[in-house]
Amino acid sequence: MAIQRRDLLAAGAAAATASLAGPRSARAQAANTIRIGVISDMSGPYRDTTGPGSVVLTQQAVQDFGARGFAVEVLQADHQNRPDVGANIARQWFDQGVDAVVDLPTSSVALAVNQIAREKNKVHLNSGAATSDLTGPQCSPNTVHWTYDTYMLAKSTGAAIVKQGGNSWYFITADYAFGHALERDTSNFVRAQGGRIVGSARYPFPATTDFSAFLLQAQSSRAKVLGFANASTDTVNCIKGAREFGLHRQMKLAALLMGVVDIKSLGLESGQGLLLTEAFYWDLNERTRALTQRVRAKNQDRPPAMVPAGCYGAVLHYLKAVADMGVAAARASGVDAVGRMKAMPCDDDAFGPGTIRADGRKIHPGYLFEVKAPGASTNPWDLYKLVATTPGDEAFRPLAEGQCPLVRS
Amino acid sequence: MPDTSIAAGAAAGAIPAPVKDDHGIWGFSRAQFGALGLMIAFLAISPFFLYPVFLMKLLCFALFACAFNLLIGYVGLLSFGHAAYFGMGGYIAGHVAKAWGMTPELAIITGGLVAAGLGAIAGWVAIRRQGIYFAMITLALAQMIYFFCVQAPFTGGEDGIQAIPRGKLFGLVSLDTDLTMYWVVAAVFLLGFLLIHRIIHSPYGMVLKSIKENEPRSTSLGYRTDDYKLMAFILSASLAGVAGATKSLVFGIATLTDVHWSMSGEVVLMTLVGGLGTVFGPVIGAAVIVAMQNYLAELGAWVTVIQGVIFVVCVLAFRRGIVGEIGNLLKVKL
Repeated sequence: MAIQRRDLLAAGAAAATASLAGPRSARAQAANTIRIGVISDMSGPYRDTTGPGSVVLTQQAVQDFGARGFAVEVLQADHQNRPDVGANIARQWFDQGVDAVVDLPTSSVALAVNQIAREKNKVHLNSGAATSDLTGPQCSPNTVHWTYDTYMLAKSTGAAIVKQGGNSWYFITADYAFGHALERDTSNFVRAQGGRIVGSARYPFPATTDFSAFLLQAQSSRAKVLGFANASTDTVNCIKGAREFGLHRQMKLAALLMGVVDIKSLGLESGQGLLLTEAFYWDLNERTRALTQRVRAKNQDRPPAMVPAGCYGAVLHYLKAVADMGVAAARASGVDAVGRMKAMPCDDDAFGPGTIRADGRKIHPGYLFEVKAPGASTNPWDLYKLVATTPGDEAFRPLAEGQCPLVRS
Repeated sequence: MPDTSIAAGAAAGAIPAPVKDDHGIWGFSRAQFGALGLMIAFLAISPFFLYPVFLMKLLCFALFACAFNLLIGYVGLLSFGHAAYFGMGGYIAGHVAKAWGMTPELAIITGGLVAAGLGAIAGWVAIRRQGIYFAMITLALAQMIYFFCVQAPFTGGEDGIQAIPRGKLFGLVSLDTDLTMYWVVAAVFLLGFLLIHRIIHSPYGMVLKSIKENEPRSTSLGYRTDDYKLMAFILSASLAGVAGATKSLVFGIATLTDVHWSMSGEVVLMTLVGGLGTVFGPVIGAAVIVAMQNYLAELGAWVTVIQGVIFVVCVLAFRRGIVGEIGNLLKVKL
């Protein structure tokens, strides 16, 4: 055998020692450093809409914040869309002196980390997760839910489609907290406007890649609208599959959560005419274009997507709050840091002016877009036409209806 | 199991392992006793310089791998569905601790008992077949349990059971601090480890080994081998359940990850890397794999690739596993 066993053993032992010694050094912490950990999907279906982009935009927020007397360190980890993995990373980071975790796409992971952040009194800045339960029954004084939620998507996209005459719905739903919440919130709006829900098919997440069985179930339901209560790669696969089966000729396809990256991978040819809701679009105004200019080169030459933009806004506002109250006080108590964030008005290039509500909900407008036809698009990332804007105070669930224990009426 | 036992015999024949089998202290050989001492010393001092939660995870997986090794290392049965018992133990413990407010020791015992029940059913079906068929039946049954966990309301589907309280041991000692919890986990692990050691070195264990070496011969000697195998299967499943139950209390979460078939693969990997059929092998194997998952987590998807490479290297270069090779080098049985 060519491989010498002893060499291998030696190499293995060396690697083991190195790996044991390596990340420990990160433990050494200066009292004057704020440590922010990005926990995101770096390898699964949500990688393209969150993951590396969220890291880039978090670093950009740190850079735009500038030096104001304290250092900021950014860490990153992959939660693989598994609540146990995410919870373990968060627990370990908090125990080792990380002050805030950012992004947390995948609602099941977000809800698990929500518990840990509260238990350890740290800060949970959520951009990636959609479930409106984060500011509802499971709200926490340590959490800010920044970018969007299922209620906002349902209200904007769902209501717009019902108005177009889509009054009977069938759902294909990712079978975890996010899918359930999105289906629930959309169903409520459809019913409120006199529509009805024909049925739903729930598929295991993230293990499903072939949706044909679910699409055929949807086809036989004879509903007018096929709602996709899922996200990212799953939605793209569903829409592609639906077109292959010719479903788009019988029913209207409603992607309840979709972003620029998904439309890009779907292609304008397949995507044109889709209605979707986002809280951020790179080509919205001067400020969003300026932000895009700054990060584009670092972000694989792509404009930022909505969830990474949310990380930018949340981290920038957190750092402002830290500067305002002092590093020591901010590090000592996550509740105090989040309290200060709620007390200060927000303003950043991605979302413009806004506020954070008592239940942790960040308030800003929601935008309803229509995907452009290939002929109307002037550059590779020119994908959307703005259809409607829902002002911040109407875009999200009213404070009193959320059943958040932090809110006393 | 004629085909596999011949293959195993040939592999062992190629590199004969010299064995000194002196039953010195409590059934441990002198070398094993030394290793046990080292392990206990490590258990006692490690939480003061290593992260306790990481150590607790390691111990849970070490117990899981030891339970698995009881089957494959000493009876020669490759179960490819052990995640079902591990995960189900976790779910049950999580549920009874959260919804019924049971104390942690009762939750762990309940988890172990339910896993034992599942193991009795699965084992009763599976032990009728040998080799690859045995592995496939255990896998099929484990997949059924997996899909049960996906759909059953009490498991919370993809979300898992979250916010499981650690509770108070015997209703008295709060386990909320990591260090207190660590001592409990260490005690559970050590009890499980010693129990397995006791089983292996009992007359019953000797029969198990004889079944592994040559089942028809054991039958002809008058042993009802199916009963022995079923008992070993149940013991292994219940210890796996105890490991899973402990893990869900440590982390406060029980999820589908632990019942998924890839977890069954992971425990095979741990046992192989550490050393099949050695007492300490699974512990070392679990330590290597868990440390890798923990400390290389920053490399993201590469962790799985690295695990695969390690597996290949292990099979190519040191087939007896880490502990097996060390034992061979020092000419002792560990």
